Amino acid sequence: MYLDNERRPTLTPQLAFRVAIIGGVALVAFAVIFFRLWYLQVLSSDEYARAARGNQLREIKVQAPRGEIVDREGRVLVRNRVGLAVKVSPDGFPAGRAAREELYRRLGRLLDMRPARVRRRVEQQFDELPYSKATVKQDVDRSLMMHIGERRESFPGVEVEPVFLREYPHGEIGAHLFGYVGEVTEQQLDDPTFTDVELGDRVGKAGIEAEYDRFLRGRNGATRLRVDAFGEFRRTLRPVEAKQGKQLRLSLDLDVQRVGQQALAGGTGKGAFAVMDVRNGEVLALGSHPSFDPNLFAKVVRESDYRRLTSDETGAPLTNRAVSAGYPTGSTFKLITATAALEEGFITPDTPLNDGGSITVGGIEFKNAGGAVHGTLALRQALTVSSDVFFYLLGMDMNNSGRGNALQRWARRLGIGRETGIDLPEEGPGFVPSRAWRDRAHRQFERCKRRNGYSDVEIAAGTKCGFIDRGWSVGDNINLAVGQGDLQANPLQMAVAYATVANAAKSKDGRVQVLRPRLGQRIENSFGQAEQNLEAPTGRRVRIDPADAQAIMEGLHGAANGAGGTSTSVFEGFPIPIAGKTGTAEKGAGRADQSWYVALAPYPDPQYVVAVTDEAGGFGADTAAPMARLILSELFHVNEHSLVQGGGVPD
Amino acid sequence: MSTSTPVQDFRETALPRVLRIDPLLLAATFGLVAASLYTVRRATLGDIPGDPNYFMYRQLVYVVVGLVLMFALSRFDYSRLREWKWGVYGFLIASILLVYALGFSARGSKRSIEFGFFNFQASELGKLLLVVALSAFVVDRLRRLGERETTSRVVLLALVPAMLVIAQPDLGSGLVYLAIVLAVLFVAGAPWTHFAALGGLAAAAIVIVLLAAPAVGVELLEDYQKDRLTAFLNPGENRSEEAYQINQSLTAIGAGGKTGRGDQSTQTELNFLPEHHTDFIFSVVGEEFGFVGAALVLSLFALLIWRALRILTMSKNFYGALVAGGITAMLMFQVFVNVGMTIGIMPITGIPLPLMSYGGSSVLTTLMAIGLLQSIYAQARETAAAKRL
Repeated sequence: MYLDNERRPTLTPQLAFRVAIIGGVALVAFAVIFFRLWYLQVLSSDEYARAARGNQLREIKVQAPRGEIVDREGRVLVRNRVGLAVKVSPDGFPAGRAAREELYRRLGRLLDMRPARVRRRVEQQFDELPYSKATVKQDVDRSLMMHIGERRESFPGVEVEPVFLREYPHGEIGAHLFGYVGEVTEQQLDDPTFTDVELGDRVGKAGIEAEYDRFLRGRNGATRLRVDAFGEFRRTLRPVEAKQGKQLRLSLDLDVQRVGQQALAGGTGKGAFAVMDVRNGEVLALGSHPSFDPNLFAKVVRESDYRRLTSDETGAPLTNRAVSAGYPTGSTFKLITATAALEEGFITPDTPLNDGGSITVGGIEFKNAGGAVHGTLALRQALTVSSDVFFYLLGMDMNNSGRGNALQRWARRLGIGRETGIDLPEEGPGFVPSRAWRDRAHRQFERCKRRNGYSDVEIAAGTKCGFIDRGWSVGDNINLAVGQGDLQANPLQMAVAYATVANAAKSKDGRVQVLRPRLGQRIENSFGQAEQNLEAPTGRRVRIDPADAQAIMEGLHGAANGAGGTSTSVFEGFPIPIAGKTGTAEKGAGRADQSWYVALAPYPDPQYVVAVTDEAGGFGADTAAPMARLILSELFHVNEHSLVQGGGVPD
Repeated sequence: MSTSTPVQDFRETALPRVLRIDPLLLAATFGLVAASLYTVRRATLGDIPGDPNYFMYRQLVYVVVGLVLMFALSRFDYSRLREWKWGVYGFLIASILLVYALGFSARGSKRSIEFGFFNFQASELGKLLLVVALSAFVVDRLRRLGERETTSRVVLLALVPAMLVIAQPDLGSGLVYLAIVLAVLFVAGAPWTHFAALGGLAAAAIVIVLLAAPAVGVELLEDYQKDRLTAFLNPGENRSEEAYQINQSLTAIGAGGKTGRGDQSTQTELNFLPEHHTDFIFSVVGEEFGFVGAALVLSLFALLIWRALRILTMSKNFYGALVAGGITAMLMFQVFVNVGMTIGIMPITGIPLPLMSYGGSSVLTTLMAIGLLQSIYAQARETAAAKRL
């Protein structure tokens, strides 16, 4: 043995050096570890804390009910209903491909859907929100819940859950206004107004639901679960309560709306009406016929239903004719012609013109309706008896005057050919024909004809180059002056124009707003307490001499009440004095005339304007005027609830 | 510096009474086992339903037994182990082979012998046995240390058990064995050229194991071992289980922040952190007690290593210095590789954190190793006191 070992001095310089190296290595290693820990725990701590939170938190969305929509009296127009939805939860969902396909097949058979469709829906939703349940079908029958509940093992992961669906207790009444809700699209999600909306949420897609979506949609809540590393549920964390959307009060009057729609239903099948408060633009009723049951839209609409609602054969019930249609308005347009002629100085209220029954311009004869001859008359009488020749002359003068498009300018000033600005996204601007438009369109027509060498038959059919086979002529302006020809306007636009003139007549200096019609009145909490008033932005201003406007009003009053008035017979015995104008738009080619009526009541200080049209109602006094009377009787609580017989006075 | 008792109390015996245990080393030991018990309890509260203290109590038993062994060894003159070197080495090889013979399969690897109460992991105790035996072999050849033959013999003696445990497969323990032999040779004063040669050989071995052998179709490491070794390089992109473990460990430690998440330690509580009471216990410390807690535990390890090196330098004989050096290397290597693994700068090798990780074999082995350090300290103090007389 090496006994000298025992005596050997243990701490040689060499050993000390090597121990120092080991110590140095330890020091460096500790330093590295400390720096790394500092980096992880102090500098990047927030990031890792977020990751740790995300690890354990699973949020399951709880749908918030939308706010209800009520009428001006607080009567519920749109509410929520709890329906049952078939959903697939990711937890119990089978992992194997074959088992999934089998499940899709079973669900498809049960729900009357193609299995491929079930698969597409489920897989798409799982892709988008991996921890949320995927909805297979909304609003299923209660018996289905029983069926699935009793066969849990055949339907792994399938759950039937209550969901909020929209319900419309009054069916077709107001159907066109509310629009519908549906799942938010990806484009919408990019829109800043949809910041708090997530994929899979339902938002307003049309009508009031879309216009006021930001108030109506609630804030979704969430059930928050803590899960462990294996996805096992550990405990429920404090949930985020779902918050119902705000209640929306409309200026709509359910009774007026109902009566209006009933009145239209008594007509020829297609038509529209608008009732507006002349003083502030509040819309009390706005209807279109034919209508539909919006409850169809509470769930996913069938393809066949949708086709039926949009096809021409059924009158396209989905179309809101009151704001998105465009019609020639017939003599109701004379208010605009009169205003233009007066304000542009072509006539005074008392300028006499001779109505000889017809005028001939450029070889074309323009006749009074029904062959009437009214003789010499001034504006008031011309409106009362609806002298066409009087307005033909005005139209001719304004076309030839060289003072620009006086008629077109005033039509646009009074809101024709542009959107009224109502709080409905479906509104259309309509159209006011002008020289510039027709000449340009005609040049295009000629170019098209010249270049392509279509046959005369093809050209005549209008399918290749359109119908504008001639340029602007004075006849076009004469037609426009009585609301015929290429003019396109809707009842709401006419209501706005009439309200503007009525307001000018009452005003001191004639400076009035062109009202922006408004349906939304205020935002309320669920108890009906006001939270925010919805006020329309100030409308455009126009100036109409009050004396001129008053003369027009007097003419309109005569038309409804005076001797020889076109609608006097319709309003016979009606206790409220009104000012109103009939209109009969010729649609040519053997089609029935379109009947129009616009009324202001009570005269001389009107509160409401009512505009009604029936697409095939004939003379204005035949159908539209009686409908207007019915609506007015509801507005003023006059006790009569059937259509009076039409007067049949030609206008 | 060595402390002398303030009042020299001379008895009739020739030797003065000296403090026969290093108080700082003892403090570090107690501090770490206390931290271990607390952390193991926190990490495993919900692991056994209805028995939140299951792992803590078992760890407590290991600690108590280990402390008894530690004190016993500190009263024993380690120098006598030198004479039993062949017995120790033989026991080391035999126990590892016994694991092969009797060992049962746990997660596809045979590492332990079942003793009813606990599973004896031969490779853990083997670390200490190897230190004891190798140091003795080196001391025997003290005069021929500069020879290549000495170095290669000693390395070979370590390689035999290292290869056996790596094949178990227990790569971690094998690497500890290699760290031990290098440390023992280093402290003994083997020439630098030998270390350079060993480094070259190691590099060649790595190239062969990882690149050359697979290229000709011989897989020396199993796939999971390779994944473990390389996952830490890019845990974000790697989809393997190891990358998941590293990510969860980083998340746990990072989320701990400065002062820890305490009751909100969801990474640990909800099992996102794998092996939270064994290999990844340092991540639990990081999450529950934050930077402060992690720094405290690391400081205790620093104290432990400092005392071990201090004891190395004061050893009464060369054998003691080598044993202390081997133990120091064993502790250092395990601490740095384990902690490095949890913070994403070292590969996953399955090395426990000494004294902290749950597990009887590791706790007992480490406490016995510390007992040997205390023995070296006590012997050195007594010899010094005797010399002073």
